[in-house]
Amino acid sequence: MEILMIFIAGILFMSATYLMLSRSVVRIILGTTVLSHGVHLLLLTMGGLKRGAPPLVGEEASAYTDPLPQALILTAIVIAFGVTALFLVLGYRSYKELGTDNMEKLRGNDGND
Amino acid sequence: MSLLHLAIIAPFIIAVFVPLIYKHIKSVHTGWFILPLPILLFAYFSSYISKTANKQVTMESFSWISSLGIDFTVKVDGLGLLFALLITGIGSLVILYSIYYLSKQREKLNTFYVYLLLFMGAMLGVVLSDNLIVLYAFWELTSFSSFLLIGYWYNREKSRYGAQKSMIITVLGGLAMLGGIILLYNMTGTFSITEIVAQADTIINHPLFVAALLCILLGAFTKSAQFPFHIWLPDAMEAPTPVSAYLHSATMVKAGIYLVARMSPVFAEHTLWMGLIIAFGLFTLFWGSFSAVKQTDLKSILAFSTVSQLGLIMSLLGVGAAALHFDHPEYFMVATTAAIFHLMNHATFKGSLFMVVGIVDHETGTRDIRKLGGLMNLMPITFTIAIIGTFAMAGLPPFNGFLSKEMFFTGMINALHMDFDWSIIIPVIAWIASVFTFIYSMILVFKTFTGKYQPEKLEKKPHEAPIGMLISPIILASLVIVIGIFPNIVKPILVPAIETIMPMYEFDVHISMWHGFNTELFMTIGVIVVGVLMYLGLNKWRGIYGIFPEKLALNRFYDGLLDSMHKGSYSLNRNVMSGSINHYLSYMFIFMVVLIIGSLFGQNAFTFSTDNLAPIEFYEVILTLIVAVSSIALLFVKSRIVSILLTGTIGYMVSLLFIVFRAPDLALTQLVIETISVSLFLLCFYHLPKKLTDDPMPVKVRNAVISVGVGLFVILVGLTAHSTKLFDSISQYYIENTYSEAAGKNMVNVILVDFRGFDTMFEIAVLGIAALAIFGLIKLRRNGGKKIENK
Repeated sequence: MEILMIFIAGILFMSATYLMLSRSVVRIILGTTVLSHGVHLLLLTMGGLKRGAPPLVGEEASAYTDPLPQALILTAIVIAFGVTALFLVLGYRSYKELGTDNMEKLRGNDGND
Repeated sequence: MSLLHLAIIAPFIIAVFVPLIYKHIKSVHTGWFILPLPILLFAYFSSYISKTANKQVTMESFSWISSLGIDFTVKVDGLGLLFALLITGIGSLVILYSIYYLSKQREKLNTFYVYLLLFMGAMLGVVLSDNLIVLYAFWELTSFSSFLLIGYWYNREKSRYGAQKSMIITVLGGLAMLGGIILLYNMTGTFSITEIVAQADTIINHPLFVAALLCILLGAFTKSAQFPFHIWLPDAMEAPTPVSAYLHSATMVKAGIYLVARMSPVFAEHTLWMGLIIAFGLFTLFWGSFSAVKQTDLKSILAFSTVSQLGLIMSLLGVGAAALHFDHPEYFMVATTAAIFHLMNHATFKGSLFMVVGIVDHETGTRDIRKLGGLMNLMPITFTIAIIGTFAMAGLPPFNGFLSKEMFFTGMINALHMDFDWSIIIPVIAWIASVFTFIYSMILVFKTFTGKYQPEKLEKKPHEAPIGMLISPIILASLVIVIGIFPNIVKPILVPAIETIMPMYEFDVHISMWHGFNTELFMTIGVIVVGVLMYLGLNKWRGIYGIFPEKLALNRFYDGLLDSMHKGSYSLNRNVMSGSINHYLSYMFIFMVVLIIGSLFGQNAFTFSTDNLAPIEFYEVILTLIVAVSSIALLFVKSRIVSILLTGTIGYMVSLLFIVFRAPDLALTQLVIETISVSLFLLCFYHLPKKLTDDPMPVKVRNAVISVGVGLFVILVGLTAHSTKLFDSISQYYIENTYSEAAGKNMVNVILVDFRGFDTMFEIAVLGIAALAIFGLIKLRRNGGKKIENK
């Protein structure tokens, strides 16, 4: 299972990178979202999968799943959401103001950098 | 900390107070407050003359960074003392002169004197430090203060150009010197010059020895304006004339000479040292004197003359080093004596000449010899000083220049005793250069003071300078005569200095004016005869001075190099820092992939084990397949709505995977967040472009390659990390203590809000900041809500 998940994370990273390298603002934003999914899955996999009960003390199990990666991922999900929302609004506003979603056109020229 | 340290630091301390003095006491020229310092220092250093004459060396150490072998050790020996006296003596005269030269109404005297004091302290530090690192620091400080002083009139383009040029060239040499110092440290394990000299015999066969030698020489040659690095000195003449007299003729440019003299006991055993110094010195001597004749600006003549005289002193030091390599060292020892003697003499006559030129410039408003002429009757005192200075420079009796010139000839003739076929070339070049020296000396004095008086070409009506301006050159000119007639009075300073350079020999110096009819005298007579003929026929000989085309000039090369470096770095910067997010991300990804995959395989760290894996269920395969397929499909869709929905699909599948992996909190959060995200996307949907901009094909291919690389890198690192467990997990602590310490049953929640509560608090802060930014982006409008016109 772990190896399968590592490959899935790799695929997610690959698509995310490809999206982020494109020149469309929307694709870049989607890329960051996909990237965060990849990161979360990878983190979870590193802690080992399905090693016991969910990390709730009430379960009275002999073994629990590692709670630490889960705590980290929970933080990461929320932060990633904040970032996505900010990027999205940024993309929306820049498209409204500048009329393009092409990053190459937003580079500015020698005169005003 | 001793009095000696204080003497070196004193100029820096006074420099701190200069701006205050300048600001509050406007009625008195600031220079008067500075003047006592160099005079006091001169008196203080004079007290060491009797000590060094008895071969007594004073050393004082002040512990600084002892663990790195860097201590502020000050050493007063013959050589250091000679320079210290020059620095403070000429310094006093120059400051006195500057009081009359720089107007207190028009000039920014505060900065001028701060820079000058900075230089004085730094230069004293250079010549008195025994620790090479301290010496290097002071060395760069002299370059730095020279830069500031050349650029003193910074609103002139030429000043800025000259300042930059001197800075680039001398600091380049300084860095090479630092390299040499570090190499010496590698060989000897110490930065102390005294200790390095003591180990000189043991390091000569070290493989780094030649490299250290070349680095040190590069530092000395750039500082002392040896060919081809001399090009900075003529441009440095943009500095105020007192500065030129002080830094660029008497003291700073002699730092290179000092370094060569100081390091001679270490390096002179190697023939390369001798050969390089003689070759560069002689060529500089010739080239400087030859170029000086062409100049029309009085200060340019003096600048090239200084270049040439520095070459002369350098070549003498080289010939002096030959004493270690050939039989009869006494033949070559005279060259070392001549070097130091001429160094003193040069400071006196060149200093006075610079001041004379400053007076002429000050009184007439020009330094162009084509406009000047006939000033003899208007400025009789200045004329007299000029005669003394130039005749000493040309090597005529009874001035001190004659004595050291004769001694120079002796040294050069004795160079014939070196056993190599071409040694005759040494005295020949020396003689030819002396002829040119004679010619430019005559041009300097006679084109300015005799000939036709052309008042219409002058900006001011000239008259004799005020007495205050004349005192300093008069003192220097009297020294020229006094040393010329009674040369042996300088012996107590001269001999200890020479013995520092050549500690293995006893020097018995006796200088006298008359040696009988010997070769040297005939050489001098030859110089005078040929020189007078060539001076009188100057116009006929014009042709030979233009023999080297301007295109080949070193200045062209320097300017071209600087320009192309400027353009090169600009275009490199433009290409790398292109402003394209694609480029920046590509650099990061490529670097990350290459570095980590490279080291993974380079270190042979890649591991893959199939132990300890969880089983795979059928529905898990379906979930992962959906994630994989939709993430790949996302790459190819062009429609905005499909992209958003595909991203949503991935998100929901990931939350299902969280459930499978026993992470209920994650699954819940992910579900909520994914729903909000998708709705946010859909809210913005209307405003997003209908068709997403597409990349051209080659860019797509490049991006694809990078992305596959990144994916591969994650997989490889993931597999390796999973197969190697270096440490035990710290999770057990949380599992055991969740209930007992924090009284919570949900471990993930307890970690977030209790064990790592601050993390969560700042996370909330991040979200708050993002929310504020989003609010601002949506609500705030530039131009009061008007849409910006699209170009």
